[in-house]
Amino acid sequence: MDKFNTLTGIAAPMPMINIDTDMIIPKQFLKTIKRSGLGVNLFDEMRYDDDGREIPDFVLNKDAYRDAEILVAGDNFGCGSSREHAPWAIKDFGIRCVIAPSFADIFYNNCFKNGILPIALPQEQVDVLMKDAEKGANARITVDLETQTVTTSDGETMTFEVDPFKKHCLMEGLDDIGLTMEKAPAIDAFEATAAQTRPWV
Amino acid sequence: MSPKTLYDKIWDAHVAHEAEDGTCLLYIDRHLVHEVTSPQAFEGLRMTGRKVRAPEKTIAVPDHNVPTTAGREDPSNMTEDSAIQVAALDKNAKDFGIHYYPVSDIRQGIVHIVGPEQGWTLPGMTVVCGDSHTATHGAFGALAHGIGTSEVEHVLATQTLIQKKSKNMKVEVTGKLRPGVTAKDITLSVIGATGTAGGTGYVIEYCGEAIRDLSMEGRMTVCNMAIEGGARAGLIAPDEKTFEYCMGRPHAPKGAQWEAAMEWWKTLYSDDDAEWDKVITLKGEDIAPVVTWGTSPEDVLPITANVPAAEDFEGGKVGAAQRSLEYMGLTPGTPLAEVEIDTVFIGSCTNGRIEDLRAAAAILKGKKKKEGLRAMVVPGSGLVRAQAEEEGLADIFIEAGFEWRLAGCSMCLAMNPDQLAPGERCAATSNRNFEGRQGRGGRTHLMSPAMAAAAALTGRLTDVRKLS
Ligand code: SF4
Repeated sequence: MDKFNTLTGIAAPMPMINIDTDMIIPKQFLKTIKRSGLGVNLFDEMRYDDDGREIPDFVLNKDAYRDAEILVAGDNFGCGSSREHAPWAIKDFGIRCVIAPSFADIFYNNCFKNGILPIALPQEQVDVLMKDAEKGANARITVDLETQTVTTSDGETMTFEVDPFKKHCLMEGLDDIGLTMEKAPAIDAFEATAAQTRPWV
Repeated sequence: MSPKTLYDKIWDAHVAHEAEDGTCLLYIDRHLVHEVTSPQAFEGLRMTGRKVRAPEKTIAVPDHNVPTTAGREDPSNMTEDSAIQVAALDKNAKDFGIHYYPVSDIRQGIVHIVGPEQGWTLPGMTVVCGDSHTATHGAFGALAHGIGTSEVEHVLATQTLIQKKSKNMKVEVTGKLRPGVTAKDITLSVIGATGTAGGTGYVIEYCGEAIRDLSMEGRMTVCNMAIEGGARAGLIAPDEKTFEYCMGRPHAPKGAQWEAAMEWWKTLYSDDDAEWDKVITLKGEDIAPVVTWGTSPEDVLPITANVPAAEDFEGGKVGAAQRSLEYMGLTPGTPLAEVEIDTVFIGSCTNGRIEDLRAAAAILKGKKKKEGLRAMVVPGSGLVRAQAEEEGLADIFIEAGFEWRLAGCSMCLAMNPDQLAPGERCAATSNRNFEGRQGRGGRTHLMSPAMAAAAALTGRLTDVRKLS
């Protein structure tokens, strides 16, 4: 998995609440058996018209935001379906960090498994970042996972919370299946006990 | 011993390892798998040379993108990309030696219907699936999480999930429901009250007289939509109804093992003095038959209400409501009961069980759907379908002008050919009314099976209590 340490980049503003995973990647793109190549279809139904032409008003179609690496959005980002195609599409587009007042639980977890940092900040701070993002390509936001800070283009710094284990895995790019397999003796022991206490399982 | 909630009890019984910071490896008793969220996970196993740790606890069934029309055993009757995903699941199930119900098997159906039906889902278990509606299995007092594909791979390889404990939330629905009000109205009303993020970070336990009074089917409907309220899982403590439902199912324990299981299952309830991080109480008699008007499951109103205006809301919801109203093509102030529909979809893991079909058929019996309207019933499994045929429900649907389909997810998410055209409006018994969910530009109103059947008769959103 890709490591995440610091990132300074263009932030795309999406001031909508409840952006669900159906919007992030509509189901017609779930028929892939690969993880890659979904970036062109990120936000497909908002991004393209029925004939597949770009809708100029959509934020990621504006020249200033084509290279956005950060997304700033409203409350409850990533709600709905558990599809990991959502973070795959975000990552494939080139976005490495999503900032919002809150995230749906499964999406939030899925991000960490894919080298994406989701940052939850209070609404007032997200409002500041949203304004900053609206300035376009000249306003670059800096995210530092080590110090757990976000810095606006004006130099205003905000700190965020992140689970220490998730932070560690993301910073080191660790494969958590490998980490869990190192604990195989604990799992073996659990299974041996469960075979006695709950044999019907 | 300190008092515990049901969630605490199941959690404690499944912690295989706990790190100093509280990160746990939670042992998984049942892993359900479907064709859409699993191919990359199996590919990951192949690339790293890993095996499925507990194939006997892993169950796969194709459901999301299979056609629900006759002849689907033949892959040439599927779109090419669907056929590839189904073929991949066929192969993965075989190569890794997991239980499998192919489309040709009468037991095939929506994964969350097949699990309980076959007795894979039992009280006190941990159940996961790469699908957010895994919450359904909570109706048995099983801790059931939806997970992403990376986690699917993690569970396949290790039979555990890396988890931190959620908070406890109690949703109590007191008293009796009024006539015409169903489990779907309860679960939608709870989301209407809490919002789609109200449950984020919590595991919900539903309790109270109105919940206890529900059948197992109704309880599954309630828990199914816990995720729509943002919760990781929903739970209902097992009781005699639960045990009766499980008894004799193909994979339920038998004999002495059944007795041993029962002994434990009977301890699975929240202690009286257990502590809750959040409590919500609804009165059963206050719940009306509801429908959704917008594009979020929290956009719930009684069928007797009018379409709201964006100004009725606050904060970020003003813009969201504006966008929803535009997308849904609705004018504020219009009575919901005047909104005309083009399509009726009865099915999904929320409402595709036998009781749901009975409820819809009771409304349709001897009547015909409104002319010009498209109406479809998609039973949740091949066995539900067979039972409905035996009970004569299929005939009622067919005579009423409904299409009688084979089992699958179908128009719940429209990954198969069953889709809405842009602007088409659907009365649906499924669980999500998101933009484009049932087809690009399609407009979805969520409701109970009885309400959907009523809508089929009149061609508009309809108060089932007013049908004579
Ligand atoms: S019926 Fe709908 S919600 Fe349920 S598993 Fe299938 S697609 Fe998901």
